[in-house]
Amino acid sequence: MAAANIVELSSLTHRYADRVALRDLTMDVSAGTILAILGPNGGGKTTLFRILATLLTPTAGTARIAGHDVVTAQGAVRAAIGVVFQYPSLDEKLSVLENMHHQGHLYGLSGAALRTRSRELLQRFGVDARSGDTVEKLSGGLKRRVELAKAMLHRPSVLLLDEPSTGLDPAVKLALFQQLVELKEREGVTTLLTTHLMDEADRCDRIAIVDQGKLVALDSAAALKQVIGGDVLTITTADPHALRPRIEARFGGAITLVDGGLRVERECGAAFVPTLIEAFPGEIESVTVGKPTLDDVFLHLTGHRFEERRGGETDAQPAG
Amino acid sequence: MSRLWLPSVTLWQREVVRFLRQRNRVVGALGTPLVFWVLIGSGLRRSVVSAGSGDPIDYLQYSFPGIIVLILLFTAIFANISIIEDRREGFLQAVLASPASRSAVVLGKVLGSTTLALMQAVVFLALTPLAGMALSWLSVAASVGVLTIVALELSALGFVVAWPMDSTQGFHAVMNLVLMPMWLLSGAFFPAGGASPWIRWIMAANPLTYGMAALRHAMYAGTRAVDPALPSPAVCLTVTIAFSALVFGLAIRAVARKA
Repeated sequence: MAAANIVELSSLTHRYADRVALRDLTMDVSAGTILAILGPNGGGKTTLFRILATLLTPTAGTARIAGHDVVTAQGAVRAAIGVVFQYPSLDEKLSVLENMHHQGHLYGLSGAALRTRSRELLQRFGVDARSGDTVEKLSGGLKRRVELAKAMLHRPSVLLLDEPSTGLDPAVKLALFQQLVELKEREGVTTLLTTHLMDEADRCDRIAIVDQGKLVALDSAAALKQVIGGDVLTITTADPHALRPRIEARFGGAITLVDGGLRVERECGAAFVPTLIEAFPGEIESVTVGKPTLDDVFLHLTGHRFEERRGGETDAQPAG
Repeated sequence: MSRLWLPSVTLWQREVVRFLRQRNRVVGALGTPLVFWVLIGSGLRRSVVSAGSGDPIDYLQYSFPGIIVLILLFTAIFANISIIEDRREGFLQAVLASPASRSAVVLGKVLGSTTLALMQAVVFLALTPLAGMALSWLSVAASVGVLTIVALELSALGFVVAWPMDSTQGFHAVMNLVLMPMWLLSGAFFPAGGASPWIRWIMAANPLTYGMAALRHAMYAGTRAVDPALPSPAVCLTVTIAFSALVFGLAIRAVARKA
């Protein structure tokens, strides 16, 4: 089993001078997985990304990629990973092909092998027609594709992407994700991507939810949603503070106040709606029933909303 | 070795290519010192410098070698300032995540910056007739040799300053408080002879004074007498080479310490 795990984190901890960014994080990722590291901004994702990319030394614990320790075997880890940063790492003044060639040289590739591989990747990512253009002339989506092509030059077994869809429109986001799936299917590449976007995480094979430096959950999106085991009802009412204890007293279960509405988890949501309305005649303005989203899962697991600071009336206090 | 040389060469090449593609950088790098020289030199033209017992010298001529060293300094500053921006949001991120040796980052940057500085300095050297100076070929060769060492020295120094910094503001502070005074007090702007004793003391302790003096020795060779108060060519070269080696070593150590 251990051999199939391409990424192994054990009690990984990182402290900055004034705060703990990662607390005792342990998880394994098997080869050929697309894993989303999902969490709110400031939750520790980027710290984890930087540790895996060998750019930051963890305070305690270990991280291994393809069997190599990120601290003691940096060279081997660097050769095994392809890294796509949140901010572009392309030289804007150089052409697409020149960027590819410089990258290749950094990885010890040169000559005809490098030229062939560059062409092949630019073709695969649909940017070969622009290979002579300087990067500054490319759109955001095309740049991201070149970044991905560049990261794949040395045939890494693990791709690390930090917030890959930042600044991309939805269609481009989807196309980029499709390319990750293709890489997985054709070359067995494992992808770890950090994201704060629920829809992006939803598409991945597995999701690691990281909040306040801790690993809250690690599973597939479907399995995570089953934690809730039913439907999520959102009730709007004139006085949610007054109604909440009364619903709780009558039907039991935890009810949370989210953005001025009441949120109830029920096994069979649709059947519960008439019961609820009859129990409090005239007091309920509307009820919506929905399948749980990752947002709901996050709230269920952490007790607070994913985006605390979005405003609105919410139970949980912003995490400090 | 492939982790050192190929990455070093590629990083060096990138520095040169991107410089040549940014026309405003080429214009700024050559134009600024030219404007400085023409304005300051012409403004102070009548102020003939006659330090020590050397021949009196026109200020345009006196400041000419100083301006060439200023070109080297400006180039070193501008080439290295990108380290700070590039590390968080740019090209350097990918370099640091690659298996390339960290020393390749130093070599690529320092050699790149040295090449750029030399290209500009040589263009400027071609203007010597405008300053009313005639250089022999031997003198040109010696000057280029000295300029190469000083360019390496200043590039490595710029690297050591820029590497640990998190913001370009910090770099500007060091530039204004350390690097520019280092140039001002190197004998580029005025000779030590007429300065107050404490300034003279600082000038003697300033490593760039020796690079500056080495350049004067090289440029004046065979055509005019050198101010006898300047340190001898042997001392100049020894101090300059030793200091270059020191800052280069510090640069290598700096990259090994901070990712």
